[in-house]
Amino acid sequence: MTVIDVTGLTKRYRDTLALDRVDLTFAENTIYGLLGRNGAGKTTLMSIITGQNLATSGDVRVYGQDPYENPAVLRRMCFVRESQKYPDDATPRHALRMARLFFPRWDQDLADDLVAQFRLPMTKTIKKLSRGQLSMVGVIIGLASRAELTFFDEPYLGLDATARQIFYDRLLEDYAEHPRTVVLSSHLIDEVANLIERVVLLDRGSVLLDEETDAVRDRATTVVGEAAAVDAFVAGREVLHREGLGRVASVTVFGALTAADRSTLRTAGLETSPVSLQQLVVRLTQQSADAPASSEGVPR
Amino acid sequence: MIDEGRPLFLQIAEQVEDSVVGGSLVDGDRAPSTNELAAFYRINPATAAKGINVLVDRGILVKRRGIGMFVADGARARLRDERRAVFADRFIQPLLVEARALGLTPDELAQLVRDRAASDHTDDRPEGTER
Repeated sequence: MTVIDVTGLTKRYRDTLALDRVDLTFAENTIYGLLGRNGAGKTTLMSIITGQNLATSGDVRVYGQDPYENPAVLRRMCFVRESQKYPDDATPRHALRMARLFFPRWDQDLADDLVAQFRLPMTKTIKKLSRGQLSMVGVIIGLASRAELTFFDEPYLGLDATARQIFYDRLLEDYAEHPRTVVLSSHLIDEVANLIERVVLLDRGSVLLDEETDAVRDRATTVVGEAAAVDAFVAGREVLHREGLGRVASVTVFGALTAADRSTLRTAGLETSPVSLQQLVVRLTQQSADAPASSEGVPR
Repeated sequence: MIDEGRPLFLQIAEQVEDSVVGGSLVDGDRAPSTNELAAFYRINPATAAKGINVLVDRGILVKRRGIGMFVADGARARLRDERRAVFADRFIQPLLVEARALGLTPDELAQLVRDRAASDHTDDRPEGTER
């Protein structure tokens, strides 16, 4: 079932087009990875869906309603912002207490458990916390809210590898028992690739990819071997990237390989290596950056 | 354990199959649940469920309502037959390619295989016996 419906969503800040006629839907009980380079429009998209920002044009429906200043819909959503602001004298204890009052499905045991696991100091003021501890406050609120729609905007800033693993493990564990829609915006793509069921890739305000993560795993392949043989094989295919070392070429092509392709490659003595989701995203967004700028900053 | 470039749900199905072929899951055993697989491999539960469904569709696992998934009767024998059928393509072919590049003849290769098998006592059980 679709829980969020975004149609023709455009957001313009002065002369920057942050979102350019975006069409997207989000289904219930699914973990999404919202990927893209800095400035791609990820935070803008999430802030408009969660009613914290207004669209320039287009339409956003959450459970069929406009989320802006709509308490009935807002209580079902939790947006963990990367730059969440808290009152000056607030402590994590205050922040969690506020969250408990706001979110109808709040789980205090889960929150307490996470506080202990992260070793979060509860009585220090938030402005004295480290960047990692500040992220922990957001992660704990995001998980313990059990909100039907939970958005994490780069929730890992300042978290060390152990703390990030705790977050991923607890997210999966809690999601398994209490399925909901989670939208996870991240630059650490390798770390989240196996957690996300669908990937939405934004690039300069437009949707570049919106697919099941598993379906894009074999979407690109790197072909390595003698340059002339590699060139012969990739002729007519969409080339995402090319590198050369002496007479050896390494070319990444877009599009799944067929059994016939594989046998051609074997006969030609060419080797293939898989392309991770992270590499694919890098190649796709690099390729589009190399292309002449499209509509960005140009008023229509 | 998990590699890039191939759909995860297929890899999950193969991991469970490996356990059946290797004998750590025998016919009639309860198979790991979707959530157990998701937690163990740190993957999305929907992906794990898709992997399990592949095995159910292939008749390797059977669903018993309310209890869980179980290894079907004869699953191990069937998987071994299937894997033997593709053994030459998957394992012998790359071996031949590398041997050719190194200038080893098929006879020399066969001799190497026999020598290695003779010195390898980790798996000298007669064909088809259980551990």
